[in-house]
Amino acid sequence: MLSGMTQPAASTAVSAFPPGTACAGCCTRLVDFGVRLGGTQILENVNLHVHCGELTAVIGPNGAGKTTLFRAMLGEVPHSGELRFVHEGDSGRALVPRIGYVPQKLDFDPASPVTVTDLFAAATSRLPVWLGTRSATRSLAVEALARVDVAELAECRLGQLSCGQLQRVLLALALHPLPDLLLLDEPVSGVDQAGTDVFYQMVCRLRHQFDLSVILISHDLSEVARHADRLIFLNRTVLADGPPARVLADPGVRRTFNLDVILPRKTEK
Amino acid sequence: MHLWNTILNTLPFDWAHYPFMQNALLAVLIAAPLFALLGCMVIQNQMSFFSEAMGHSAYTGIAIGALFGMAADPALFMLLFALALAAGIVAVRRYSTLSNDTVIALVMSLVVALGVVLLSRNGGFAKYSRFLVGDLLNIAPAEILRLLVLAAVVVAAWLVLFNRLFMTSLNRPLARSRGVSVLPVEMIFSMLVAAVVTVTIPWIGLLVINSMLIVPAATARNLARTTAGYVRLAVLLSVLAGVLGCIASYYWSTATGATIVLVACGFFALSLPFRRR
Repeated sequence: MLSGMTQPAASTAVSAFPPGTACAGCCTRLVDFGVRLGGTQILENVNLHVHCGELTAVIGPNGAGKTTLFRAMLGEVPHSGELRFVHEGDSGRALVPRIGYVPQKLDFDPASPVTVTDLFAAATSRLPVWLGTRSATRSLAVEALARVDVAELAECRLGQLSCGQLQRVLLALALHPLPDLLLLDEPVSGVDQAGTDVFYQMVCRLRHQFDLSVILISHDLSEVARHADRLIFLNRTVLADGPPARVLADPGVRRTFNLDVILPRKTEK
Repeated sequence: MHLWNTILNTLPFDWAHYPFMQNALLAVLIAAPLFALLGCMVIQNQMSFFSEAMGHSAYTGIAIGALFGMAADPALFMLLFALALAAGIVAVRRYSTLSNDTVIALVMSLVVALGVVLLSRNGGFAKYSRFLVGDLLNIAPAEILRLLVLAAVVVAAWLVLFNRLFMTSLNRPLARSRGVSVLPVEMIFSMLVAAVVTVTIPWIGLLVINSMLIVPAATARNLARTTAGYVRLAVLLSVLAGVLGCIASYYWSTATGATIVLVACGFFALSLPFRRR
């Protein structure tokens, strides 16, 4: 990931960004990002420029490569192209960004004796969880949970939590330590409406508070239209990119999501 | 070893005075915690079919050993074959679109059939049937040393890898976002399971080897409230079932491995009314 950062190809790709996206402070860039898995090109020529404090929502049909994009950004699947993070204070030097990730779901058996503290300890401490948890690790976990107002859940088992509570715990984990970039993969699927509103308000508050870049995958267009600063319509590559109103007016987007029926134009602002 | 024998000799039970029982009990004390440690993670990773497949594949390792003229003590070939197989299954699973279960079942079908075909040539299968049931009371001090080495490897790996494996079991991309190299971690874990299963098969028997991993851990899972409690309780139950089963098999003249598993299953049944909600 680091090796390609001084290649001339990168600078030409940057100039391909639409005007008006010049970066003021820190930002995350995907340059000619592509993923090929099992002989299938899942993503190609993805060029993105995400700014700090900006909430970017990725929308697209099933199988468009949205989750694969995240997995590739995390380095879990191989990719071509580059992922770069540039920070103002580092005179434009490219760094490997620290990424916080909130998955859509955890693969755990609801009956298993895994507590929220166990999860934090396994993620943040070297001491193996089966030998116990240091009190310093415990208090850090409570502190991180308090950030999203769920400190009281520290000793609960994961299986006892509601979907909304679990997503907040995972958000707390993703923010500890503070990331440069926060990736949320359908964070509120299965969460009720009240929980969804609370979650979005919380993400909006935190991104201003910590000046986070946030990329969110969502299927709920009305929700992202309300909260996101920017929408990206992805289907193998970036097909539309801009403010929500503009992207939702895109003919391809309207066709894909059948918007003329479910979200007629006149209700848009 | 000598100290162990001296302690047992002072006990007022006749089973405690036979060297074969002393060896078997010592082996149980070393192996039982290993089964428990790995078993908790096998359950958490939903890999009990994988460990079962590892047991069943042992015959192929034995067959390969026999081809190389090592039919009397095929342990080395069994181990090498199991390690390669475990790594192979993890790799195939990673790059295949087939479900986990299907990959394991396919690989197991091929491997088990191959092993049985090789060993049954000229009607010679019967002499290998001792591996089905195992014979713990026949374990030699040198073989206990093998177990001790294995124990050291597992505990060392569990100190370094447990948290990473724990994150991987919950969600692979999440583990990746915390800096875990997912594939190597899974690979090492699978190979550890393969090693423990294969090394202990001659004494426990491949019919019940997987139960040694699963049953004490499943019992602890019913009762524990935290991960640390889970693992500790599994170790305790595994050792208890091992010692009681070993002694019971002396009085009943039964196969030791299977008797231990029966005791462990008894613990599981007893744990059911006390399941925490």
